[in-house]
Amino acid sequence: MENSYILETHNLRKSFGGLVAVADVSLRVKPRTLHSIIGPNGAGKTTFFNLLSGNLQPTSGRVIFKGLDITGIPAYRTAHLGIGRSFQITNVFPNLTVEENVRLAAQSLGHDNFKFWSHYLHYSHYQERAREILEQVGLADQARLPASLLPHGGKRKLELGILLAADPELMLLDEPTAGMAREEIPRLMEVIQQIRQQGDKTIMLVEHKMDLVMNVSDWITVMHQGRVLAEGAPAEIAANEVVQAAYLGDLYGDLSEGMA
Amino acid sequence: MQVSLSRRWQKIFSGRGAQGWVYLAVFALLALFPLIAGLTIGNPQAASEGAGFFEGLLQRAESGYAKFWQGMLIQMLILSIFAMSYDILLGYTGILSFGHAMFFGTGGYAIAILIGQHFNWPFFQALGAVVVIAVLQSLIFGILSLRVKGVYLTMVTLAFAEMFFILAEAGDFRQYTGADDGLHGFPVPAYLSATEHRTRFYYLALILFVLVFLAARRLINSPTGRVMIATRDNENRAMMIGFNTFWYKLIAFVAAGVFAALAGALSALFNVSVTPATLTTFRTIDALAMTIIGGVGTLIGPILGAGIIQLLGYWLERWFGANWTLIYGIIFMLIVVFLPYGIVGTLRRRSFGWKAGWARWKQLLTGKAAPG
Ligand SMILES: Nc1ncnc2c1ncn2[C@@H]1O[C@H](COP(=O)(O)OP(=O)(O)O)[C@@H](O)[C@H]1O
Ligand SMILES: [Mg+2]
Repeated sequence: MENSYILETHNLRKSFGGLVAVADVSLRVKPRTLHSIIGPNGAGKTTFFNLLSGNLQPTSGRVIFKGLDITGIPAYRTAHLGIGRSFQITNVFPNLTVEENVRLAAQSLGHDNFKFWSHYLHYSHYQERAREILEQVGLADQARLPASLLPHGGKRKLELGILLAADPELMLLDEPTAGMAREEIPRLMEVIQQIRQQGDKTIMLVEHKMDLVMNVSDWITVMHQGRVLAEGAPAEIAANEVVQAAYLGDLYGDLSEGMA
Repeated sequence: MQVSLSRRWQKIFSGRGAQGWVYLAVFALLALFPLIAGLTIGNPQAASEGAGFFEGLLQRAESGYAKFWQGMLIQMLILSIFAMSYDILLGYTGILSFGHAMFFGTGGYAIAILIGQHFNWPFFQALGAVVVIAVLQSLIFGILSLRVKGVYLTMVTLAFAEMFFILAEAGDFRQYTGADDGLHGFPVPAYLSATEHRTRFYYLALILFVLVFLAARRLINSPTGRVMIATRDNENRAMMIGFNTFWYKLIAFVAAGVFAALAGALSALFNVSVTPATLTTFRTIDALAMTIIGGVGTLIGPILGAGIIQLLGYWLERWFGANWTLIYGIIFMLIVVFLPYGIVGTLRRRSFGWKAGWARWKQLLTGKAAPG
């Protein structure tokens, strides 16, 4: 029954010196679902993503992706296996144009990367792909702008565009709405819903906006101090008293602030 | 036909409208330079009696100031190739190497030794060997130094170049390298003698320069080159979207190494001499300075920088004698302060400003941040 999960971690652990950021997390993700991870700041969510995407090497434990042990393989290989990653702190190519940011992501999974004797525009399908994506995330008008000149919300969209361009099977979205203006969030959620409706992708989402998480998730894992505190469907999590006490409680401040 | 041909040329040189014509004009001017020089500053008496106009022009080009200025241009072209090769690393891939002179010097020594008395290789075989050696050298030292990043890489490349400098200076290989004297008067083929056939050598240098320019341009605009640029901009992100940046940096290293070696070989042939000085960090810093003055991350920048430094060196030495380096240093600082992205970079960004430059200058002299 291995194959009924697209991703599994077994006792995944990461410590930085004395600090255990991720403590023996075992978690299973069903394919074609939206699986959210929530938890207060410092819970280890970003670190957990870094272990999955190969940005960090785990101290111990295993990561199994589609039945394959991918523990500790480097980031440039997880991308080729079908894991895409967006970053909580915007991480784009600042001096390249918005379109080139996305085009590169499309190019990377093709077979033309080492054709150093021909012009890159000769491979126009990457450009077309980039334009499609920019259309989808709502950046088509800023295609020629250097990424550094995008407003913050635009950068968040670009972050998502870079991820989508490679068409990964598993998408790790680390706080995609972080710092976004409130009125821009629906557009982003629309994109996420579109991806869900295509029905062939698995999304793992880290997000603080609880209304949003409760709305879109099929399954939620709550992390606290590097450990899994609870797991379940949104309704179960909302009703879980331990979660209420440990997490939702001190998030209410956050939440009402955001709603105001 | 005419139109499509010129379009094609334009495309080869730039791929963009007006800019392509500027490049073409500059290259045409460079191609005609010996004739123009022969006509204007050559010695009229140098033309033999009964020679036709064109033949006479070529003879005049081999004389007086016409010959001298062709020599100046040859050195500019050589430095341009070297500076462009450096910018493939620094400007396009984001690698700060302090050991680039290693390739320049090795190219010079390789050609000198191989056509010299011990090997007596035919010229073109030796030139081929220069390329092969450069590929091997850049592969080996690329693989070794690319294991680390940033300032560590800079230090490692510095150490490797120093190693070659010490090897060249060592008495143990005097027979081959001439130790601290270097090699002089090795048998450059008569038909390539820069003293006998200055104009011919000029065209050799020009052709090599154009070929390297086109090759570098093509590399940078290739899918591979785009990844180099992405690596410079944000290496972590490049990895996260699936590029193993190591290979792209290595390709940049090899291209830069081969071009630098060709520049070094050409320089050795022009001067009929090669010394350990060609392997020093000063040589690398020349390339760095030319690139910074002209504009990091452009190809035209390093070419302009090379021209400016060569001319500046010549004139300053004539006007100020031994103290010229002091003046040169001040001019360099002024350029860096007023043109923070180099000449080409500042022009492209349209970010020249007297006020901002003046503020930076005051800050530099007083050590205080300018108000506002
Ligand atoms: N590279 C690192 N070095 C040292 N400590 C780190 C590093 N990355 C994260 N941490 C620590 O690990 C803990 C978990 O951080 P993080 O994964 O960013 O949490 P979250 O994303 O849930 O807010 C925090 O205490 C953080 O300070
Ligand atoms: Mg985080």
